[in-house]
Amino acid sequence: MQLPSYPLPDAKGRYAEFGGRYVPETLMPALEELTGAYLHYKNDPEFLAEYDYYLREYVGRPSPLYLAENLTRHLGGAKIYLKREDLNHTGAHKINNTLGQALLCKRMGKKRVIAETGAGQHGVSVATVAALMGLECVVYQGAEDVRRQALNVFRMKLLGAEVRPVESGTRTLKDATNEAIRDWVTNVRESFYIIGSVVGPHPYPMMARDFQSIVGEEIKAQLLQKEGRENPDVVIACVGGGSNAIGAFAPFAYQENRPRLIGVEAAGHGAASGLHSLSIGAGRKGVLHGAKMFLLYDDDGQIRPAHSVSAGLDYPGVGPEHSYYAEAGLAEYVGITDEEALEGFQLLCRLEGIIPALESAHAIAYAAKLAPEMEPEQVIVINLSGRGDKDVVEVMRVMEEGQGSRAEGFVQGGQS
Amino acid sequence: MTTREAFARAKAEGRAALIPYVMAGYPSRGADLEMVKQVLPYADLLEVGLPYSDPLGDGPVIQRASEQALRQGIRVADVAAFVREIRALTDKPLFLMTYINPVLAVGPERFFEMFKEAGVSGLILPDLPPDEEPELVALAHRAGLEHQMRPAQPTESASFSRGLAPVGLETTFLLAPTSTEARIQTVAPYCTGFVYTVSVAGVTGARDKLPEGLPELVGRIRRVTEAPVAIGFGISNRATAQQAAQAADGAVIASALIRAHEEGRGLAEVLREVRAGLER
Repeated sequence: MQLPSYPLPDAKGRYAEFGGRYVPETLMPALEELTGAYLHYKNDPEFLAEYDYYLREYVGRPSPLYLAENLTRHLGGAKIYLKREDLNHTGAHKINNTLGQALLCKRMGKKRVIAETGAGQHGVSVATVAALMGLECVVYQGAEDVRRQALNVFRMKLLGAEVRPVESGTRTLKDATNEAIRDWVTNVRESFYIIGSVVGPHPYPMMARDFQSIVGEEIKAQLLQKEGRENPDVVIACVGGGSNAIGAFAPFAYQENRPRLIGVEAAGHGAASGLHSLSIGAGRKGVLHGAKMFLLYDDDGQIRPAHSVSAGLDYPGVGPEHSYYAEAGLAEYVGITDEEALEGFQLLCRLEGIIPALESAHAIAYAAKLAPEMEPEQVIVINLSGRGDKDVVEVMRVMEEGQGSRAEGFVQGGQS
Repeated sequence: MTTREAFARAKAEGRAALIPYVMAGYPSRGADLEMVKQVLPYADLLEVGLPYSDPLGDGPVIQRASEQALRQGIRVADVAAFVREIRALTDKPLFLMTYINPVLAVGPERFFEMFKEAGVSGLILPDLPPDEEPELVALAHRAGLEHQMRPAQPTESASFSRGLAPVGLETTFLLAPTSTEARIQTVAPYCTGFVYTVSVAGVTGARDKLPEGLPELVGRIRRVTEAPVAIGFGISNRATAQQAAQAADGAVIASALIRAHEEGRGLAEVLREVRAGLER
């Protein structure tokens, strides 16, 4: 196998003006060392063979590109394929990246990994590869999320990780990330920080993209077999920090004949409510966690808390490469509300027997709007980034509160 | 008083310079100025913190203080007003410590003009390696200059700043025990105010002692720049102050002051002890 090469970022880690390294100076040498190591190993045949081995034998790649016939028929428009990242080991796309970074960590001779996590998916994924590689693992999670995600906390502990609740700020992912960076600043010589998305200082957005690009590369190969062409007409993926979307988009984004690439942000209670995660849709250029990106903040630059029913999208920023795609017009970014996402969630459960992650349900919901406007010979690929087992308790709670009643009518009405 | 004069005066008095930290809005509106009045008699320069929601270079003490200040509804304009109040009390150099996002949110030019006008001497930018935004740093150096009636005199600091523009706002960046020769070569020339040398790999916070390698680190920095070098992170008592004074020209005391306030101890007591440690 090979890891891809893209025209961006430049040598300073910039995607036009986005990205860069806005970090305490203590970390700059570590980032330079990491960049050097990554650029070396990404072309090292032994490293690549090991990564490839674990992707196949441990993660279970390639993940299927599944033709969702019932959903296609129900929506009555474009043909819909699902890229089944939910079938990966640990149930999401996250492991494509954590595995790559953990292997790099081992090659660099570091014995301790640090990670941040929101709902716990990335934390579980890091704890998993740390167990596999015999690395010490510390995961920072907002105290509020520790309370809400007790099962994932227990999973991480089973896998041998230490979970440290973070009591500062909003006590969620943003603050867990601050705390992980503080740990890294303090223990930078012996620790490797595994960032979970395409955010953070250079080279993290580039590394995570390269490791996730396997998603888009497989889509091309699989679509060529199934449809006789590499390019779908539309690729849809949900966007929080943006790692699953960048994996699906990047292999297409720099081509001349580009499919429509649509990133779906979490509109929460709606753009006007202020309770959302629309970093691109409603944010401005700013700096968070080491990179310049589109970001939610007030007039004084204080970071605004994000909101989404899906914890994985509940982040006030978006990766620098997505920020660049949005500004350069290489991809479109739209919003789907909590309520619409819950409709999408149930739609896929009922029609395909697949329980999607609430994050991925945002992409489903947008496809449900778009597909009927398209022609039957056109093809949509949805990146089904994760499975929804983790979300069923939350969905049950929301539906019992009555917010889901409309969604139920939506599915039943659709089937009649 | 210029930054150079402040460091020179401390040196003439046989001390390393003492740079206490206060935060706008901490412990509350109004009471922040009381803290200033308590620390000023011991200060050679003053560091003024702009409270920020995500201070990732800071430890738990300053982080808590930031949250407390922000709960008071402190805005950037309030911080500028606070600086004006301090400026009315003293002509000692004032350095504003701010993360980069508030600067970008207000707009760098407007932000710099606002604080130059308020009486700030320079900026400390803990999450901006200067080579990430050289144009922004140049803007800070030019802040307010076009409004002056007579052409700006090149300041002493300009002579070692390797061709950067004469100083509107001085700039101070961080160097750390992990800094390579290349990073020191890159960052030091942008430090037109002073070099803020981080004593340990880590975040801000009081410590019982500083690592052994400080003099060696400061020596490496001095080979590159003539700018004064101050030590920050971990200065909390006589012993840590002595270590800083042996290695460098000054010491920043921040978390230990806020902790003293939290614990209801007098700031003067801590400052007297640290200042005694800074005497050579």
